[in-house]
Amino acid sequence: MAETKTAYERVQTARSGKRPMGAYYIEHMIDDFVELHGDRRFGDDPAIIGGIGFINHIPVTVIAMERGDTIEERMKRHFGCPKPEGYRKALRLMKEAEKFRRPVICLIGSSGAYCGIDAEERGQGEAIAENLFEMMGLKTPVISVVVGEGGSGGALALGVCDTAVMLENAVYSVISPEGCATILWKDAAKAAEAAEHLRLTSYDLRQFGIIEKLIPEDGKTDREICSELKRVLLSEITRLSQLSPEELLSARYEKFRKIGA
Amino acid sequence: MSILEGIFGNRAVEQQPPRVCKKCGAEIPYKEYVAHHCICTACGTYLRMRAAERLDETVDAGSFQEIDKKLRGKNPIGFPDYQAKLDKAEKASGLNEGVVCGTAKIGGNDCGLFIMDSAFMMGSMGTAVGEKITRLFEKATAQDLPVVGFITSGGARMQEGIFSLMQMAKVSGAVKRHSESGNLYIAVLTDPTTGGITASFAMQGDVIIAEPKALIGFAGQRVIEQTTGEKLPAGFQRAEFLLEHGFIDMIEERPRIPYTLAKLLSLHRRAADRA
Repeated sequence: MAETKTAYERVQTARSGKRPMGAYYIEHMIDDFVELHGDRRFGDDPAIIGGIGFINHIPVTVIAMERGDTIEERMKRHFGCPKPEGYRKALRLMKEAEKFRRPVICLIGSSGAYCGIDAEERGQGEAIAENLFEMMGLKTPVISVVVGEGGSGGALALGVCDTAVMLENAVYSVISPEGCATILWKDAAKAAEAAEHLRLTSYDLRQFGIIEKLIPEDGKTDREICSELKRVLLSEITRLSQLSPEELLSARYEKFRKIGA
Repeated sequence: MSILEGIFGNRAVEQQPPRVCKKCGAEIPYKEYVAHHCICTACGTYLRMRAAERLDETVDAGSFQEIDKKLRGKNPIGFPDYQAKLDKAEKASGLNEGVVCGTAKIGGNDCGLFIMDSAFMMGSMGTAVGEKITRLFEKATAQDLPVVGFITSGGARMQEGIFSLMQMAKVSGAVKRHSESGNLYIAVLTDPTTGGITASFAMQGDVIIAEPKALIGFAGQRVIEQTTGEKLPAGFQRAEFLLEHGFIDMIEERPRIPYTLAKLLSLHRRAADRA
């Protein structure tokens, strides 16, 4: 597969309002899905859908970012940018998955963690930090899939995993191209140029060894992409389920340990 | 002033230019400046300490052994002009990277120590900073040592792209292993501690101490204002705000921090070592 689009075209595709997000993949990959709400601390964050269901008769925990389709739904889900209670709900459900020995599937697609006074008051940084820390020790397989925009720390908070998957047109970056262009050149209009330099496409990340699997999209329907993703998830669940918790955690540590070593 | 003399040379300390308070503009002779813990002698503002200055007033004389001093960053994504920025930061700061790591004694207690330095690209974390802090936690785990970290950082280093983001996960893994080995980690948050650093090892301490009025947060203040249109309350994201909301254990005045660290380290000494 060769690179056929510019980085910024992929950024725009990843952000497209028509692009399926977490709810779509749950609907089309997971049977008997039961949504579970709340962080048991403060509230329930609609930007993250969490729950359990079957993927081909295997029970799994699914944690998915969702921005919604209609404008009303997008307001309610604050455009898919999770608040601290969203990350804390995710961690609560991951701990439950560990207890019941269920694999965890995280679906990532958000411009980033919610940016606001209330999120800071409730410890946005602490919530993400706690997820990174705890996910490093979670004794059950974790597979993270970037389906849309993987926006910085807010994406990584669901991204500490055993297998990292990206859809072809998803992007994953430390900063948005606009943010990067503003800081470097005081000009957000140079975002396309910044996107190239940031090396944020699925092809870049596969080349760097940051992700293990790339799901092709171009020329395929959403349903075809979804069924290919399901096939990859099942094969990874089968592979990871054969590892002991010690082997799993050791491999997870090494996966991140070697980045920039 | 042994460490400063070691870094600047005995005569060079004498020849250091006076420091200027960024708030009131007072000129403070360098010797007086470090004797006052880099706090403005005129208005009391906490000025940003260099790693060497922090080291000098924190550790027992002669106890610091630096590790990975020569470890330097690369340009993992070939970001334009980044190498030139690194060279410039190295010249300006006299450091190879934004963090100094080693082992030391604080009040007679052995520990692993890392001190970030904002003079090197705002203490931002790229692969070199991530690698150095990871190695320090790994060494401390292997040697059964507590870790003390003085933190100041603008966040992940944009010029290293996804590699810098992944350092947050990498360091978190090492902190987790250190924690599971039953060892103590004390994070000291100084001005400013923001972005991906707040969202990783700054908030993973068993004990979290902050300096008065230090800016500590995840999202940038201007970004929050522009995104939400809300006016930020007075004292927003300052150390006092974090204490009120339950995210740090205490605020300590700078001159007291070494004593508090010694007390906490001694409280966590293994029974066998205490005897």
